[in-house]
Amino acid sequence: MTTKVSTPEMKSLHFQPRTPGTTTGDKVVGAVSHTALTIWTLIVILPLLWTFMSSFKTSSEIFASPFALPGEWKLDNYIKAWSEAGIGSAFLNSVLVVAVALVIVMVLGAMCAYVLARYTFRGSRAIYYLMLAGLTFPIFLAMVPLFFVLRNMGLLNTLPGLILVYVGFALPFTVFFLFSFFKSLPHEITEAAALDGAGEWRTFFQVMLPMAKPGLASVAIFNFLGLWNQFLIPVSINAAGPRVLSQELAAFAGQMGYAVDYGALFAAVSVTVIPVLIVYVIFQRQLQGSVSQGTSK
Amino acid sequence: MTSVKTQQSRNDDGLAAVVPATAPPQVVKRRRKPLTWDKVSFFAVFLGLPLAIYLLFVIWPFVQAFGYSLTDWSGFSPTQNFIGLENYTKIFTDDIFMKAMGNNILLVIFLPIITIILSLVLASLVTVGGSSKGQIKGLRNSSFYRVVSFFPYTIPAIAIGIMWGQIYDPSGGLLNGILTGLGFDQFKDFAWLGDRNTAMIATMFVIVWGFVGFYMVLFVAGIKGIPAELFEAARIDGAGRFRTAVSITIPLIRDNIQTAYIYMGILALDAFVYMAALNSGGGPDNSTLVMAQQLFFTAFSKGQFGLASAMGVVLAVATLIFSGLVFLVNRLTGGDKDVSL
Repeated sequence: MTTKVSTPEMKSLHFQPRTPGTTTGDKVVGAVSHTALTIWTLIVILPLLWTFMSSFKTSSEIFASPFALPGEWKLDNYIKAWSEAGIGSAFLNSVLVVAVALVIVMVLGAMCAYVLARYTFRGSRAIYYLMLAGLTFPIFLAMVPLFFVLRNMGLLNTLPGLILVYVGFALPFTVFFLFSFFKSLPHEITEAAALDGAGEWRTFFQVMLPMAKPGLASVAIFNFLGLWNQFLIPVSINAAGPRVLSQELAAFAGQMGYAVDYGALFAAVSVTVIPVLIVYVIFQRQLQGSVSQGTSK
Repeated sequence: MTSVKTQQSRNDDGLAAVVPATAPPQVVKRRRKPLTWDKVSFFAVFLGLPLAIYLLFVIWPFVQAFGYSLTDWSGFSPTQNFIGLENYTKIFTDDIFMKAMGNNILLVIFLPIITIILSLVLASLVTVGGSSKGQIKGLRNSSFYRVVSFFPYTIPAIAIGIMWGQIYDPSGGLLNGILTGLGFDQFKDFAWLGDRNTAMIATMFVIVWGFVGFYMVLFVAGIKGIPAELFEAARIDGAGRFRTAVSITIPLIRDNIQTAYIYMGILALDAFVYMAALNSGGGPDNSTLVMAQQLFFTAFSKGQFGLASAMGVVLAVATLIFSGLVFLVNRLTGGDKDVSL
């Protein structure tokens, strides 16, 4: 990006005689591009705004007109969704499970990726490919046996069981991406640390891990989204346990057929969507950067 | 203990520097160090712990699934008899499962193509849609479009499904509200998800909606990685915007496109969450039923775990075949040559 050599003035001088009238062309293309992007932006934003707006309406208001603003901006639906429908406790369960799983998987994944990337030993390639295999197989295949693995361990329908499974399934992605990251860090630094008398443990935690921060941040973001959005794992192995958010949301929507309270449903969806959206808007700069880092390899 | 080892390695280095001719060739980088407690504990924890969790909760279930698929196990019965490939013949003669597989194939054909084309177009507009003079640059306010387009990716799939279920609602939904508002009165009370002709298309649109922004961001990053000189050279040679996009941009971000294609394909072969949220029963005439739903139902409602495992194996094989095909097509069309810049 920063390696552009030609200055704009020179170029425009050069181009003016050859392609006359590009300015109008530019304007047309610009206008078309803006129009197309605006249309897509509306397609993205309108459903979200509509959901948010509807979350303040009563069921009868929703049926009366999809566009009318709510008569009163009351939080009744939110209170109902949060406490009566159990979205509140599910939200807290989700935060707990995802936070703990995220910390564990980042630490274990970084350690595993570090060992695989920086040491060659018999079987290191095999372990790496085993990790890759976990990325390609559909989670579905594992669900039935996993159900019984957890039942035998007494972890079925418990949050610790859910956390461990989350860790297991987020591990291959974490290792895969941090592997290339650790590989790219210069070898001299490890040697310098060793010369200064740092053991393997200290080298990792005090030298390598801080250096891997940008990579860790981007992987953590994607892991967070992946785990937060996880649906299949909780409904399979935690069906009767303390529900997480995606599960509770599905259950809430599922019983809607009997007790129609669309306002509360919209409120439940809003509660799920808005916190992550706010966090994303705050950190989006970092995320855009991390995507480019991940793909420029 | 560590200091001893360091001393040792320092001596080695010194030796190698003084008498390089006598040092064995492999000494320089990979020296065999004596095993210390530091090192043993390090390997045990750093490799052993993650690997143990991974093997127990991921690999072992995968392996078991293949075994279960050859039995008539119903989960709670103590016995499981080996029945060979009977489950597989049962699957492939089951009309409903074949219908589900057909739907998955439909998804695999259309979802990746539509998502990738749409996100490529948007990414190109954002990155090189700007002025054709001076520096190659994107549109004004392009980061706004990028940030907003990414919104759906931060929303849990189940929430997306529920939200769109309401938008498609025949009477109170946003879509019919807009359409009747524009004068298309025939869409009043039209059930998008309840009509077998529109249910699948409506569902596909929801999935596309959820992923376009993510791949757009991915492609924008890829396009920004292309040296600006290439675009300038193309422009000097008289290539227009469309030509530049087809002949420069797409070949150069080919790897990204391949990755996107594989991820979207894997998603299309699964698609469980969206289908479960939009039409949990499989839709009108099973028109949106997918294999994963059938598997879930067979396992956790009917308790036929052997049969369900066989379905999982079919799903896995389908995924592998799909990934293999994408790699093959990319290779056959000269994928690798173009990207080695």
